[in-house]
Amino acid sequence: MGLAIETTGLVKTFGAQRAVDGIDLAVPAGTVYGVLGPNGAGKTTTVRMLATLLRPDAGRALVLGHDVVREAAAVRDLVSLTGQYASVDEDLTGEENLVLLCRLLGHRTPAARERAAQLLEVFGLTGAARRQVKNYSGGMRRRLDIAASIVSTPELLFLDEPTTGLDPRSRNQVWDIVRAVVARGTTVVLTTQYLDEADQLADRIAVIDAGRVVAEGTPGELKSSVGAGTVAVRLRDPEQREAARAVLATALGTPVRAAADPLALTARTPPGGAAGPAARALAELSAAGITVDEFALGQPSLDEVFLALTDRKEASAA
Amino acid sequence: MSTVTETGTGDAAQPVATGEAFHAALDGGPARPPRPSAAAASLAFTWRAMLKIKHVPEQLFDVTAFPVLMTLMFTYLFGGALAGSTAEYLDYLLPGIMAMSVVMTTMYTGVSVKTDMEKGVFDRFRTLPIWRPSVMVGYLLGDAFRYAMACVVILTVGLVLGYRPGGGAAGALAGMGLLILFAFAFSWLWTYLALLLRSEKSVMGVSMMLLFPLSFLSNILVDPATMPGWLQGFVDVNPVTRVVAAVRGLMGGEPVAGDLLWVAVACALLVGVFGTLTMRAYNRK
Repeated sequence: MGLAIETTGLVKTFGAQRAVDGIDLAVPAGTVYGVLGPNGAGKTTTVRMLATLLRPDAGRALVLGHDVVREAAAVRDLVSLTGQYASVDEDLTGEENLVLLCRLLGHRTPAARERAAQLLEVFGLTGAARRQVKNYSGGMRRRLDIAASIVSTPELLFLDEPTTGLDPRSRNQVWDIVRAVVARGTTVVLTTQYLDEADQLADRIAVIDAGRVVAEGTPGELKSSVGAGTVAVRLRDPEQREAARAVLATALGTPVRAAADPLALTARTPPGGAAGPAARALAELSAAGITVDEFALGQPSLDEVFLALTDRKEASAA
Repeated sequence: MSTVTETGTGDAAQPVATGEAFHAALDGGPARPPRPSAAAASLAFTWRAMLKIKHVPEQLFDVTAFPVLMTLMFTYLFGGALAGSTAEYLDYLLPGIMAMSVVMTTMYTGVSVKTDMEKGVFDRFRTLPIWRPSVMVGYLLGDAFRYAMACVVILTVGLVLGYRPGGGAAGALAGMGLLILFAFAFSWLWTYLALLLRSEKSVMGVSMMLLFPLSFLSNILVDPATMPGWLQGFVDVNPVTRVVAAVRGLMGGEPVAGDLLWVAVACALLVGVFGTLTMRAYNRK
C-alpha cells in the first residue's frame, strides 16, 4: 500500500517557540490516521503545513506524492480541509455555502445546486438549508463543514478536531460520516485530543507532544507498549480507597494508581498471567470488608497510554 | 462553541443518512470537474459578496444614507459662501462629493477582508485549487456594486436639487464608470494593508489617516486656486484631485484627455503594485 503522506523532519517555529519540532509521519493511503495530543502539542500546525496553509521552516512533506511547498497547487487539487474552527461562512446559509464550494470546484450553477441539495439531504440539513450558519448548532455546523469538504470526493481529507465541543449524539454522527468517507477510499487524517475517538476511528495513531512524535502505531500496539493489561476497580465508598489501594498493591505486586475519579483505582497486571493475581486481589478486598462495585480486567485504555507517553501522569493522579 | 441546541430548530428529527444514501451521495459526487477559470472563480466570490450584502443589508448605510448626508451637508454649508448660491456650487461639488464618498467607502474593503481572514472559512478558500487572486477580486467586484450604488444615490440627490450634468446621461455614466474603475484599483491598497496589519482596528485607523487628507486636501470642496502655495503643491499631486478633475470633465461634457490618461495609468499602477503585493502577502500568510 502506498503512502498518502510522508514527512521528514518537519519544523515550524513561531518566534522562539518550536510549535512543530521535527515530525516524521508515514500515513498509509486509504486509512484513518489519528494525530493525538494535548492542546498546543502542534497538531493543528502540522495539519496546516500538510494542507499548504503554512510553509514549513525545515523538513519536507509529500502529500499524495507532491511536495507541499513546491507543488502546492497539485496538493490542493487532491485534499480537503475541515479546520478546527468552522471553515464555512457564518453569514451565508448552509445551502449558499455548499453552492459556493461547488462553483469554486468547477461546477456550473445548476449542477452546483443539485449537488448542494443532495449533500444537505444526507447530512440531515435540508430543514436548515436556508438558515444562516451563525444560527446553526455546533453539530450542524460540523456536518455542513464536512459536507463542504466532500463536495468533490477528495483523495485526502484533513479533519482538525472534528468533534471538539460536540454533544455525544453529534459526535457519533461525525464518526459515522468519517467511516463512510473512508469506506469510499479516501484517506483521513484526524487530529483529536480524545483517546476514545482515536481508538474508535484510527487505524494508526501518532501521539504528539511538544511538537514531537512520542509514539506511533496501531491502537493495539500503543496499548501493549505500556503494559500487558490493567485491573480497574471501582469502590462504593471513597473513604475506603486508601485501604483498597494497599490491598491491591500487595496482591498484585504492581504500583496502583488512584485515578481522578475518587472511587476508582487502576493497576497494571503482573507479568505472566493476570487472572490468578486478579482473583486473589478481589477475594482479599472482599475479606478486608471493602465494597467493590466494579472490577474489570482489560487492556490499558488509551488514556493511560497517552498519559504514560506524554508524561503527565502526576498531573492527572493528583 | 455555539449555545444554540438542535432542540426546537425543527430538524432535530432529520437523521444523518450514513447508509446507502450516504454512499450514493459520495458516489453521486461528480468526479472533480476541471478547475474553474479565473473569471468563474472570481464571479463565485463576487456572488458571495453579494449574498453578504443580501443577508446584512444594514451595511449599505455607508453607500446610501451617508452620501445623501454628505451631499446635502456640503451643498448647503458651503454653497452660499463659496459659489454665491447652492445651485452653482452643486455643479462644481457634485462630481467631487461623489468621488469623496466612493473613495471613503473603499476603506471598508480592507476592514471586511481583515474580518473575514480571521475566520476559518479563509483556510478553506486557501486550500482550494483555484486562481489565487480570485478571493480578492471577488471582494472588490462586490464592492464595485456598492460604489455604483453610492454614485447613483448621489446623482439622484443632485438631480433632485437641480444638478444637470453638462455631459448628459452619457457623460454622467462615463464619469461614474471611471470613478468606480479607479475605486476598484485603489482598493488593492486596502487589501494589502489588511494582509499586512494585525487587527481590524489598525486597518481602520491607517485607512482613515490616509483617506482624510487625500479627500479633503483636494479640489473636491474648494478651488485649489484659493489655497496657499504649499498646499496647492500637495493638492496637485494628490491622485484624488486628478480623478475628480477627470470625473468632472466627463460629467460636465468637457473631458480632458490628460486627466483621463492620468487616471488610466494610475489604475494600472495601483493594480500592478498593490495587487502584486497583496497576492504575495496572501500566499505567504
